[in-house]
Amino acid sequence: MVRTYFLLAWTWTRAAAAYRASFILMLVFGLATGAMDVAAILVVFANTDALAGFTREEVLFLYGTASLAFTVCDTFVSNLDRISQHIKAGTLDTFLIRPVPAWIQIAADRFVPTRIGRVVQAVAVLAYAVAALGLDWRRAWMIPVMIVTGIVIFAALWTLAGALQFALTDAPEVANSFTYGTYQLNQYPLSIYARDLVRGITYALPLAFVNWQPGLYVLGRDDPFGTPGFMRFLGPAAALVLALAAAAAWRQGIRHYRSTGS
Amino acid sequence: MIELLQAGRSFKVKRTVVHAVRDLSFSVPAGEFVGYLGPNGAGKSTTIKMLCGILTPTSGSVRVAGLDPSRRRTTLARRIGVVFGQRTTLWWDLPLQDSFELIRHLYKVDRGTFRARLTELTETLDLGAFLRTPVRQLSLGQRMRGDLAAALLHAPDILVLDEPTIGLDVVSKASIRAFLQRQNAERGTTVLLTTHDLGDIERLCRRIMLIDHGRLTFDGTLAELMATAPEQTTIEDVVTRLYTGGQ
Repeated sequence: MVRTYFLLAWTWTRAAAAYRASFILMLVFGLATGAMDVAAILVVFANTDALAGFTREEVLFLYGTASLAFTVCDTFVSNLDRISQHIKAGTLDTFLIRPVPAWIQIAADRFVPTRIGRVVQAVAVLAYAVAALGLDWRRAWMIPVMIVTGIVIFAALWTLAGALQFALTDAPEVANSFTYGTYQLNQYPLSIYARDLVRGITYALPLAFVNWQPGLYVLGRDDPFGTPGFMRFLGPAAALVLALAAAAAWRQGIRHYRSTGS
Repeated sequence: MIELLQAGRSFKVKRTVVHAVRDLSFSVPAGEFVGYLGPNGAGKSTTIKMLCGILTPTSGSVRVAGLDPSRRRTTLARRIGVVFGQRTTLWWDLPLQDSFELIRHLYKVDRGTFRARLTELTETLDLGAFLRTPVRQLSLGQRMRGDLAAALLHAPDILVLDEPTIGLDVVSKASIRAFLQRQNAERGTTVLLTTHDLGDIERLCRRIMLIDHGRLTFDGTLAELMATAPEQTTIEDVVTRLYTGGQ
C-alpha cells in the first residue's frame, strides 16, 4: 500500500516536473504562506509577552506540532478533498477499475512534491520551540505520540471531507472548511477562543487532541478550561474513533457513487 | 464468466426514480464474444459499470468471475480488463511506456511476463512508434490502441469494452477489430463490447444482446437477429426496426 502510494506520487512528481516554471512557483508560494503564519505569531508577541497565559515559545510549540501534522497530511492526502472534480467529470471510474484501493490512488493523485517545503518549515519551528522551552524530558515522549495522533486526525478529516462530496458534489468548499478551517484554529492556544467553541472541537471533532490536550501535558500546564488530567492522554483513542468513522463514511460514499452518463 | 440475475440500477433524479437498468438477467460463458447493443441511454454503460464494480446494483445480483463486483472490486480488477472509448485510463502527462510500467506495478505483473506481454502487444497493436510520446499528444487511434494494451497487460480473463471504436477511422477500426478477434480466438478471452458501429457487430460478435429502456429485448446470433425482420436486408435496418419498437 505504502509502496503503491509512493510509486504513484513519484509518477506525478515526474509529470509535474514537465512544467518547470509552475513547479518552482509552487515551491516559492508554499514556503511564503508558511512563513506568513509564523510571522503572524511573532507580530502578536512583538506587542505582548503572553497570549492567554502562554509564552511565545509555548505558542510556537503548539503551532509547530499542529503544523507538522497538518502539512504532512496536506502534502500526502489533501487531494482527497478534490474528489468532487473526479465525480463531476466521471474520471473516478478510472480509479475504480484498478486493483488498488481508490483512497490511495486519489490521495496520490496530482501529488505535488513542493508541499514538502512546508513540512520542513514546520519541523524547524517545532525544533526551535522544543530547544527554547527547556522541556521536562520525562514528558517528551508525548511529542511523537501527539504528532502521529494529529496526522491520523487530519487524514481522517480529509477522508470525511472527501466522503462528504459524494453527497455534496457541488459544495467542495463546505468540506474544505473541515480541513483548512480547523487547522487555522489549531495554530493558537485554544484558550484564546470561547469556551463553547473549544467544547465543540474537543468532543464533536476531536481537534483539541491534535496539539492542545497533549500539548498541555508536555508543557506541564493545567487546562484553563479545567478539563480533568486524564484527557491529556485520550488523543490516540479519539484519533482511532475518528479514523474508523471516516473509513466507514468513505466506503459508503464509494458504494453510492453514481458515475456519469455513458 | 458473467452472470446477471434480475439486476437493476435506479437513480434518483430530482425526486423521480429513473431505472437505468431493470430486471436484467443474462449469462456469458467463458470464451464468448458478445456485442451489447442499444440506443443511447438504454443502459449499456450502466450495465458495464455494474460489471466492473463501479456502480452498485440497487436490486438483483451481479457475478463476474465468481465475484460480486461492487464488494470485491479490487480483487476482480486483476481478472478483468476495462476500456472506455470515451475516456482514457492512461496518465495524461506521461509517456505511454511509463503508464504501462505503472500498470505493471499496480497489477503486480512480474517483470518477465510483463516484458513478453508488452512485446507482443507492441507488435500486434503497432505501438512502437509512439511508446515514448506523452499520452496527451497521441491521436485518438493511437490512444485507443494504448488503452487497449493497458487493459490487457495483466492478461485478464474478461475484457469489457465500452464503445472502443468510437470516433476512429476505418484503418484504426480494422486493426482494433483484428486484434480483439485474435485475443478471443488465441487466448480464449471473454469479450463483451458495446458499440454503435454495426460493423463491429457483424465482424466480431457471435452473440448479440440488445437492451432498450433498461431491459433485454433480444439475445441471439447475428442470423437470429436478421431473422427477426425477414423483410429487411441490412443489419442497420433490422436494428433500426428493433430500436424503434417494430415501426
